[in-house]
Amino acid sequence: MELYKLTAHELHNMLVNKEASSEEITKSVLKRIENVENKVESYITLTPELALESAKIVDRKIANGDVISALEGIPMGIKDNICTNGLKTTCASKMLSNFVPPYDAFVTKKVKAINAPILGKLNMDEFAMGSSTENSYFKKTKNPFDLAKVPGGSSGGSAASVSADIAVYSLGSDTGGSIRQPASFCGVVGMKPTYGTVSRYGLVAFASSLDQIGPLTKDVTDCALVLNAITGHDSMDSTSVNLTPPDYSKALINDVKGLKIGVPYEYLGDGINEEVKNSVLKSIEVYEKLGATVEYFNMSVSKYALPVYYLISSAEASSNLARYDGIKYGYRTEDFDDLIDLYKKTRSEGFGSEVKRRIMLGTYALSSGYYDAYYKKAQQVRTIIRNDFDTAFEKYDVILTPTAPTTAFNIGEKTTDPLQMYLEDICTVSINIAGIPAMSIPCGFDKNGLPIGMQLIGKAFDESTLIKTAYTFEQNTDFHKVRPQL
Amino acid sequence: MKISKDDVKYVANLARLNVTEAEADKLAVEMESIITFADMLTELDTSNIEPTNHAIKMENVFRDDIVTGSYDRDLLLENAPSKEAGCFSVPKVVE
Repeated sequence: MELYKLTAHELHNMLVNKEASSEEITKSVLKRIENVENKVESYITLTPELALESAKIVDRKIANGDVISALEGIPMGIKDNICTNGLKTTCASKMLSNFVPPYDAFVTKKVKAINAPILGKLNMDEFAMGSSTENSYFKKTKNPFDLAKVPGGSSGGSAASVSADIAVYSLGSDTGGSIRQPASFCGVVGMKPTYGTVSRYGLVAFASSLDQIGPLTKDVTDCALVLNAITGHDSMDSTSVNLTPPDYSKALINDVKGLKIGVPYEYLGDGINEEVKNSVLKSIEVYEKLGATVEYFNMSVSKYALPVYYLISSAEASSNLARYDGIKYGYRTEDFDDLIDLYKKTRSEGFGSEVKRRIMLGTYALSSGYYDAYYKKAQQVRTIIRNDFDTAFEKYDVILTPTAPTTAFNIGEKTTDPLQMYLEDICTVSINIAGIPAMSIPCGFDKNGLPIGMQLIGKAFDESTLIKTAYTFEQNTDFHKVRPQL
Repeated sequence: MKISKDDVKYVANLARLNVTEAEADKLAVEMESIITFADMLTELDTSNIEPTNHAIKMENVFRDDIVTGSYDRDLLLENAPSKEAGCFSVPKVVE
């Protein structure tokens, strides 16, 4: 068995039992990168020396008889919108193609504190805007299960790298499904925690009231371990909740007896691919056999989630991305007449077309005369959607839906019509609107062998129930064990 | 909602973006299609509903007023496209 194929918890056991060193593990993954990264193209920047340095520190600790934590010495990757001190953080944009952060994001500090060998920075849609990673300024990441297909997005590099065994786990960010949808497309586990659970300090802002960092992993156990490593209060993020996070690994329990699962009809209706729907229905049967109660119900306002999401996220993006002006950092145009011309040329040359489209849409929704009709209206409907989830969670412990309406689509298939691409997020955006946690886990394959994911949605701060529900499914099925042939 | 080419140019100026004639044509069509999609929100009566800014309720967040270290000026200026005498350099703004 090659080391790069293993999960973080399997590798941890090998480290503790001295069956492998962190250096051997890291070299195995680096070798795998040498062999398949040219096909998958999931990294923007590779940092093999940095990774090996951390690995050696961990090996010395082990040699000294020191206790190591669960993820110590396990090589991983970081999405390129999460700041890394002294290491380029581009957001897959021309605008930040030369940006070297002078500080670490909270989560970067957290993984450095456990001596994680950082393999590099992962590709994404520019500024996390997209559902296919085709909006990257640098490269198009491929789906490891079929190189003609997209990996999903925006955390496409984070999902593809874990799927292709060129990172044991990775960090992504999720504003409207950007961890869960690529996890679904690439056959890995992805979680968006409750808003405020993971500090956003050092995460380049897209839509601040929706953004959340989370893990992409090979199985549910690793998901719990990564969550343990990155949660906690941070005074540098005013929206970071001041709660002591639980030990999520305590939720790794194979038991759903008595668990109440709700399935909203609206998420299995029009626009959901038949094979995806059938896989989700079969998963529901699995849960019923294991002793959970499943009930179907209506969430009639769910169809409004997508327009609410695109109005709020674009409005917040137009405001957040105003900072890219060619003055303090990032790209600056060559020739300009005056300050306004400098701003306009810098921004027009530095941003890609999807980013510009969202800035335009957001500026429109916030502009005088349209603010009440669009932005305020969207925020009011946001309240209705939140209340709808609150009502549902009075009856159910977990809500179960597909993660995405389709399996991975062809590269180039949805780039001409922005609205078609936005419909990819139809099952995921409502979760960010409500601020609650959700995860995607593998639950089947379509006739072409492409992974299908199901989404488990939980109450605010109840990630533990999601982990238990996901873990039970995983222990009773084999979908997560199917790896792509590269 | 109808979105004209002039609307696009007006918004582009607010957003400090240049758009070519061809881009303005294309953006007018795309933005109209997205905004028309968003118009479905008018089906819902929201007259007595409070808007949500943040999903997780939070009061003002304070910290103790203590002096802490700040970043080194030269380090921060390393990313500046143009700098002079320890400052960001910009084109002349005031005549």
